[in-house]
Amino acid sequence: MAAAGPAPGAARGPAVPGDRPLTLPLLLPAWAVIGVFLVVPVGLMVVYSFLTQGFRGGVIWEFSLAAYDRFFLDRGLFGDEPPRLEWTYIAVFWRSLWQAGLATLTCLIVGFPTAWFIATRPARSRTAWAFLITVPYWVNLLIRTVSLRFLIRDQGPVNQALIALGLTDAPIQMLNTDFAVQLGLFYSYLPFMVLPIYAAVERYDFALSEAAADLGASRWVALREVVIPSVRPGIVAGCLLVFIPSLGAFLAPDLLGGAKTYMIGSLIEDQFKGSLGNWPFGAAVSVILLSMVLVALLFYARNQAREGRA
Amino acid sequence: MTRLLASAALAAALAGPALAEGRLSIYHWFEYIPQELLDKFAAEHGVTVTMDTYDSNEAMLAALKAGRLGQYDVAVPADFMVQIMRDEGMLDSFTPEEVPNLVNIAPEWIDVPFDPGRRHSIPYQWGSTAFAVNRDVWQGEIDTLAIIFDPPPELSGRINVLDSQNEVLTLGSLYLGIPQCTTDRDRLRALNDMLLAAKRHWASFGSDTAKDVLVSGDAAAGMIYNGFSMKAREEGANIEYAWPKEGYVAWMDNVVLLKDAPNRENALKFMNFLLEPENAAAVTNYARYTSAVTGVEPFLDEALKSSPEVNPPADAPAGTFVEACPQEVQALYDAIWVNLKK
Repeated sequence: MAAAGPAPGAARGPAVPGDRPLTLPLLLPAWAVIGVFLVVPVGLMVVYSFLTQGFRGGVIWEFSLAAYDRFFLDRGLFGDEPPRLEWTYIAVFWRSLWQAGLATLTCLIVGFPTAWFIATRPARSRTAWAFLITVPYWVNLLIRTVSLRFLIRDQGPVNQALIALGLTDAPIQMLNTDFAVQLGLFYSYLPFMVLPIYAAVERYDFALSEAAADLGASRWVALREVVIPSVRPGIVAGCLLVFIPSLGAFLAPDLLGGAKTYMIGSLIEDQFKGSLGNWPFGAAVSVILLSMVLVALLFYARNQAREGRA
Repeated sequence: MTRLLASAALAAALAGPALAEGRLSIYHWFEYIPQELLDKFAAEHGVTVTMDTYDSNEAMLAALKAGRLGQYDVAVPADFMVQIMRDEGMLDSFTPEEVPNLVNIAPEWIDVPFDPGRRHSIPYQWGSTAFAVNRDVWQGEIDTLAIIFDPPPELSGRINVLDSQNEVLTLGSLYLGIPQCTTDRDRLRALNDMLLAAKRHWASFGSDTAKDVLVSGDAAAGMIYNGFSMKAREEGANIEYAWPKEGYVAWMDNVVLLKDAPNRENALKFMNFLLEPENAAAVTNYARYTSAVTGVEPFLDEALKSSPEVNPPADAPAGTFVEACPQEVQALYDAIWVNLKK
């Protein structure tokens, strides 16, 4: 959007004839992409969330608040009790939030040292290490998730190894538990944590660490006061890239968690593809999810801006 | 430039129908037709066959409603779903002359309530939905739905149920002796409470994984379709398919001619093809259900003739077909399903 102002070159010399009028046409593709792939779909989603549910899927083009009413108000199984606050969907959101949050934390704990390790290798081998991180991702996510099932099942190699090593007598149930969901999310999204942090650490000037040490900072203090603030943009980007897709994930909860309880992703999926077929409600849940993510991002952006001024 | 575009458009217009003539686009259940049979049809009729799959009647309906109608020629809904799709105007009709092999359909499967006289659909396979139990884990009686809804301790926590609202709720209703599509509040509340209590015993919800979890031993018991259960047994699982005394779900899957089918002629050829006894038997040999085409017997696998999954014991009750409930009942079923999965 900065390009919409006077071209930078204009101040330095005579303007190229016909330069300004070209700005708008040149921006058109970008605006078209944003319009077609962002504004229209999100707009449709918002509109659908205020329509009337069609029986067995589809919508009736009549304004209705029923979808939001259903999300927030509990009127009993038969819909005729006095409305109370509906906890069902808040609980689904809460479950997704802590699952995504925990997965982000695990990815950060494993991803930061990994990224650090890669970034501190000699320049020649660095690219190879970063490349290795991406190798498992040449395989489709669905296949990797199903493979995890085989690894962690009761008769799977992980349990067999634990029994062979004498660490446990009976198989530990891992499949169809929250642990399995965490494992799936962690494995799916780890590179999204490693790569941005790696990019940030690679740009970090290690002379700063030496300076901190010379000035008497312990390694821990140097890490906390010097390193982390310098690479924070990478950490934040990594956390967002893990947290946001985890929040809407449904493959790991379905295939590894046993699909016993709804996550936000599977709740929305069921409204469109499952037996429920309530498109406005699915759209409303998506709008609420989108709003939450937006509020979190705005909050973060405001903090960043404030820090930038300080 | 304009001329180039015009000739390109002309070429596309000419190529369009020519290409369409050689195509057939199928929307089918997962793991339900052998590839060799598709290849055979393709070779016999010089047609390029493409197939997408779904894992529940509702998923298929949703996809077609979301704009895929007009993209596929045929789909394979169950009995109640044929009726729903017919009521929604999503089906095209055909005359007996257009599908000469209609005469091969077993007489009892022609005047079916969901498509009297077979004007929109042909039978594909029929079967039942109940459950199977691993006999290494549980040696006791299995002729009751209590195995799923109130299981013995040996099976508790090791049960997979189909991730399908109509099958879970219909089997649950049979277990409690509740009629389908009832609006009786006490009975619906009882169904809701029974399912919530039963869920504590369940390890997972999954339809397309229903066979694999029994073969791998991840589940010691699981709701499953009879033919899928037979496949699991043939893949090495020591399981037995149950014929519960409270009843079980019976169903018939049907190939329907979709409205706005891009290749209507080929769709009719395909339906006619599937009504040839040899081809119908090929589907049965693969899917392990039962065909509604007369004359398939000489082509059937020996194993099918004596298989316990397709030959219910003499004292087993008749199966119950799922009913398509009116909207107000469906809304209550949806609410119960959400309660179950929340």
